[in-house]
Amino acid sequence: MATTDNAQPVGLPDERPPANTVGPVAWLRNNLFNTWYNAILTVLVLALLGSAIPPFLDWLLIKAHGLDATSQECRQGGGACWGFVNEKLRFIMFGTFPYDEQWRPFATIAIFIALLLASCDRRFWKPWFGLVWAAGLAAVAILMWGGVLGLTYVENTLWGGLPLTIILSVIGLAVAFPAAILLALGRRSNMPAVKVLCVTYIELIRGVPLISLLFMASVMFPLFLPNGVSVDKLLRAQVAFIMFAAAYMAEAIRGGLQAIPKGQYEAADGLGLGYWQKMRKIILPQALAVAIPPLVNTFISFFKDTSLVIIIGLYDLLGTAKAALSDPAWRGFYREAYLFIGVIYWIFCYSMSKYSQKLERDLNRSHRR
Amino acid sequence: MKSGILAAAAAAVVVTATAGAGAATLDTVKQRGFVQCGVNAGLPGFGNPDSAGNWTGLDVDYCRAVAVAIFNDPNKVKFTPLSAQQRFPAIQSGEVDLLSRNTTVTLTRDTSVGLNFAPVTYYDGQGFMVNKKLGVKSAKELNGATVCVQSGTTTELNLADYFRANNMSYNPVVIESNDEVNAAYFAGRCDVLTTDVSGLAGTRAGVAPVPDDHVILPEVISKEPLAPAVRHGDDQWFDIVKWTVNATIQAEEFGITSKNADEFVNSKNPDIQRFLGTSPGLGKALGLDEKYALNVIKKVGNYGEIFDRNVGPGTPLKLERGLNALWTKGGLQYSAPFR
Amino acid sequence: MATETRTTQGAPAPGGVSFSLSDPTVRAVVYQILVVGAVVLVGWFLISNTLDNLARRSIATGYHFLEREASFGIGESMIDYSPKDSYGRAFLVGVLNTLKVSIIGIILATILGTLVGVARLSSNWLIAKLASTFVEIVRNVPPLLQLFFWYALVSDSLPPVRNALNPLPGVFLSQRGLWVPSLSASPVWATMGIAFAVAVILTIFLNRWAKDRQARTGQIFPTARAALGLLIGLPLIAYVAGGAPTALDMPRLAGFNFVGGMALSPEFFAILTGLTVYTSAFIAEVVRSGIVAVNWGQTEAARALGLPSGPTLRLVILPQALRVIVPPLTSQYLNLTKNSSLALAIGYPDLVSIANTTLNQTGQAIEGVTMIMGTYLTISLSISIFMNWYNKRIALVER
Repeated sequence: MATTDNAQPVGLPDERPPANTVGPVAWLRNNLFNTWYNAILTVLVLALLGSAIPPFLDWLLIKAHGLDATSQECRQGGGACWGFVNEKLRFIMFGTFPYDEQWRPFATIAIFIALLLASCDRRFWKPWFGLVWAAGLAAVAILMWGGVLGLTYVENTLWGGLPLTIILSVIGLAVAFPAAILLALGRRSNMPAVKVLCVTYIELIRGVPLISLLFMASVMFPLFLPNGVSVDKLLRAQVAFIMFAAAYMAEAIRGGLQAIPKGQYEAADGLGLGYWQKMRKIILPQALAVAIPPLVNTFISFFKDTSLVIIIGLYDLLGTAKAALSDPAWRGFYREAYLFIGVIYWIFCYSMSKYSQKLERDLNRSHRR
Repeated sequence: MKSGILAAAAAAVVVTATAGAGAATLDTVKQRGFVQCGVNAGLPGFGNPDSAGNWTGLDVDYCRAVAVAIFNDPNKVKFTPLSAQQRFPAIQSGEVDLLSRNTTVTLTRDTSVGLNFAPVTYYDGQGFMVNKKLGVKSAKELNGATVCVQSGTTTELNLADYFRANNMSYNPVVIESNDEVNAAYFAGRCDVLTTDVSGLAGTRAGVAPVPDDHVILPEVISKEPLAPAVRHGDDQWFDIVKWTVNATIQAEEFGITSKNADEFVNSKNPDIQRFLGTSPGLGKALGLDEKYALNVIKKVGNYGEIFDRNVGPGTPLKLERGLNALWTKGGLQYSAPFR
Repeated sequence: MATETRTTQGAPAPGGVSFSLSDPTVRAVVYQILVVGAVVLVGWFLISNTLDNLARRSIATGYHFLEREASFGIGESMIDYSPKDSYGRAFLVGVLNTLKVSIIGIILATILGTLVGVARLSSNWLIAKLASTFVEIVRNVPPLLQLFFWYALVSDSLPPVRNALNPLPGVFLSQRGLWVPSLSASPVWATMGIAFAVAVILTIFLNRWAKDRQARTGQIFPTARAALGLLIGLPLIAYVAGGAPTALDMPRLAGFNFVGGMALSPEFFAILTGLTVYTSAFIAEVVRSGIVAVNWGQTEAARALGLPSGPTLRLVILPQALRVIVPPLTSQYLNLTKNSSLALAIGYPDLVSIANTTLNQTGQAIEGVTMIMGTYLTISLSISIFMNWYNKRIALVER
C-alpha cells in the first residue's frame, strides 16, 4: 500500500536531492510521519500514551507504598500497595504448605525451571534426557510429599500456589504426550474402528469447555469408581487435565503427521518396515519436529488453563492470590495481586511463545536446506 | 460379520466386569485408621482452618467426636474442605465417610440425593444482613434490593420463596464461592447479604472491615436445621453417627462435662451407668467400645461445651443458645433415650 | 485373560482364510477388536460402577427434575423467568445468556481483532508496536485472571449506586452496572423489523439480477450502494411513517436501584470485556497472517489488469486472505464460546452456572454435567458445520 510510493518513474530529469535516509530525523519521517494520516495517528497515540502512562507510573512506583507498608498506611491513599505483596508473598507462591518447610516448594519450582530451560536447548534432545526428567520429577515428588529422607510428610491438600500450577501443567503434559501420539496415529489409521474411536474422543473433548471436564472430575468421577475406592481431588483434576491436553496435543501432532510427504511412508514401506518401526524410526521423528511449535503453543494455553482449578476449589497461583485477597485486612488490593501473578504467568507464557517462534524459524531454516 | 465379533467381545467383557462387594463403612474406617470428614472450607465457627492448618468449628468437632467414638482419639480424622457444589457428590461417592458441613436437612436431600441425616447439631434460620447506612429496619422493606447469595444452597431457594410470598421483587447476584459472595457484598455490589443467621454472624465478625457498619435484620425467614449426614446403605454407620451426636446432647442433659465426666463413672443412676458404659450393652450394640460416650465427652465435650467453644457468646460470633438450648431450658435440643 | 480368548475367537472370522498374525488384514481386525474391547471394557466398568453406586445410595436418576419448579432467582434473563418456572426453563435462560454473550463477544472481538491485526502491519512504527504490545500482553495472561480483573475493576472502582456517575443525561454508571435510556415500546419497532427483512430479501434479488446483467451486458451495477440504501432506507421509511416516536424510557433511582431504561450488569460487562479482549488478541494474529499470506504480486497483477483499488481488495485480496483466515478464525470463535463458561466464576448466569445450581439443588450431578456438555457440543458442532460450509464456499474461488 504505502510502499508503492517508492516506485518512482525512471529517468526523470531534475531530481531533488535524495532524502536523508539515515539518522533519527529520517527514522521519524519514515516510520511515524510518512503520510498525513500516519502523522495524525502518531500524534493521537502519543497524546493517549502521554495521558495514560504517567499516572500509571505514578501509581506503580512514585506514589506507591513500599514493601513494608501496612494495610492501614495503604488505605490512606496514594499508589500501589506493595506491602500487600510482600506480606502475602509466601502464601501466594506456596499456598498452605507448612511455613517452615516452604523451601521445598521453592526448590520444586527451581527444579522445574531448570528442567524447562534445559529442554529448550536442542543439544539435550537425546534419549538420556528423559532420564534426567524422570530424576527431576522423582525429586519433586520427594520434595513435595516428603515422608522420606527426614522430610516431614505433607498432604497434597496443602499444596498450592506456583508449584501446583507447574505440577498440574507439566505432569499433565508429560502423561498426555504419549496418549496424544497414540490418538493422533489412531486418527490417521486405516482401521475404521480405531479411527472412529479416536476422532470421537478428540472431537468430544475439544467440543466442550475445560470447566465441564473439571466438573466431571469433581462431581461425576467419584461415582464412576467402585464402592469404597476414592481418588483425591488433586489427582482427579490432574486426570481431567490429561484428558483435555491429550485431545489438543493429538491435533497438533496430527498436523505434523500430515506435513510428512507421502514418499516417506512409501519409502518406509518399501524398506519392509512394519507399522511401529515405520512410525518410530521414520515418520514420528519428522512429524514431531514439525509439531513442536504448535505443541509449545498448546502447552502455553494449557499452562494458562490450570488457573481454572480454582473453580473446583484447588489453590493454584490464581487461587492463592484470591484467597490472600479475602483476608479482611487486605481486601481491595486486587490490582497489586492480579498485577503480580499476571506478571508471573506472563513471564512463563511469553518466554515459551518466544521460544516457540525461534524454534519455528530454526526448523524452517533446516527444512529449506 | 464385524458387528458379530464386537457383540461377542462385549459379552466377554460383561462377565469380567463385576462390581466389588462394598465393605461396611466402619470396617473401612477402622482399617484405614482415620475418619474422612467433609467440612466447610471456611466458615468461622463451623468449619475453618487456622493459618497453621488446624481445623476448628462446631461441625469439625462432630467429626472429631465420631473419631473418638471409634478410635478414642480426636486426631484420627482427616478433613476434606468441600464447596456447596462438591459436598453431595463427595458423600454420595464415598470420598468422605461423613458430611458435617452446615447442611440443612430437607426431604429432597434425604431421598433423591441419597443422604441420611443424624440429629440436628444446630437449629438455624436464614436471615439478612444490610449496611446500616441504608436505614433498613425490616426485611419487608427490601423490595427491589440486590441480594448476594451463594449458589446451590437452600438459602437461594428460600430467598426466592420469601420475596414471592411477600410480593416483592429482588435482583439476585448468585456466586459459587462463599468468599466471592462476601467480597461482592462488602464491595457494595449488593444491598443485602443472605445466608443462615449463624453464617451472617460469622461473616460479620470475621470478614467485615467494620463489623458495626452492618446489621442483621430481625426476620428469620426459614427453618435451617443443620445436621451431619451419611450416605444411604449403611445403617450401622448411620447409627454410630446418630448416637454420637445424641451422646453429646444426653451428656449435657445429665450435666456431664469433659471436666467432671470421670466423677460420673461411678454414679448410682442406672441411666448414667448405661450411658457411660459402666453397665455394658449399648456401645457393643453400635459395634463400638462400651465407653464410647464417655470418651466423646472427655475428649470433645458435651453439646453445650462444643457450642460455647465455637459459636457461643464468648466467641467472635457471639451467638445465644436460643433454639439450641436443651429442651428443658426452652430450646429444641433433645436426645432420644439411651437404653 | 478375557482378551486372549477373544483373539482366538475373533481371528478366524474374516474370510475364513488360514489364520496368521503376520497377515496385515487379520492383524488389523485383531487390533481393532482389542481396542474396541478395551474401550467397551473400561466403559462397562465405569457404567456398572456408576449404576451400582446410584442404586446403593438410592440417588435419583433421569431428567424428570427438568419439569419441577426451579424456585431460584436468576439475575438477568432474555425471556420471562421467575422462580415459579421449571428447571428446564431456567436452563433455557442460561443457554440464551451464553448465546448472548458469545454472539456479542464474537462480533466485538472480530472488530477489535481486525483493527489490531491491521494495526500490527501499519507502516507507523508507534501503532505497530502498540498493537503488538497489546497482543503479547493479553494472550499471555490467563483469561480467568483477566475476567477477575475486569470484574474487580467495576465493583471496586465505580461509585456506589447512590453516587452513580452521570456522564450524560439519562446515563448512569455505578457498581451495579450501566443504565442507559431505552426506547419506549411502540408498534413501530416491529414494522421496522419487517421492513428490514424485506430489504434483505430485495437485496438478495438485486444482487442476482445485477450479476446476471453483468454477465449478459458487461455493465456493472453499483450493488453495494443500492443495497445499503435499501437496508437503511426501508426501515427509515417505516419509522417515519409510524410517526417517528422519540419517547425514551429514562432510568431513575427508585429505592435500592435504578429502574427503567436498559441495564448492563457488571457481570455481563466483565465477561463480555474479558472474552472480547482476550480473543481479539488471537484474532489479530489470525488476521495479520491472513493478510501477509496474500502475495504482493496479486495486487500488482490486479492493478495491471486495470482493476481499481476497491475491486482489487474485494475481488482479489479478500477472497484469498479469507481462505487463510477462516479456519483459525472458526476455532477462535469456538474458543470464545467455550470460554464463556468462565462466567461461573464471577456470577453471570450462563448455562454452566445455572446447570451448576441445578445439580446442586437436585443432587443429580451426572445429569447436570451431561446437560452442560451436550449443549456445548451442539453449539460447537453447529459453528463448525456452518464454518465448514462457508469455508467450502469461499474455497471454490480457487480453480
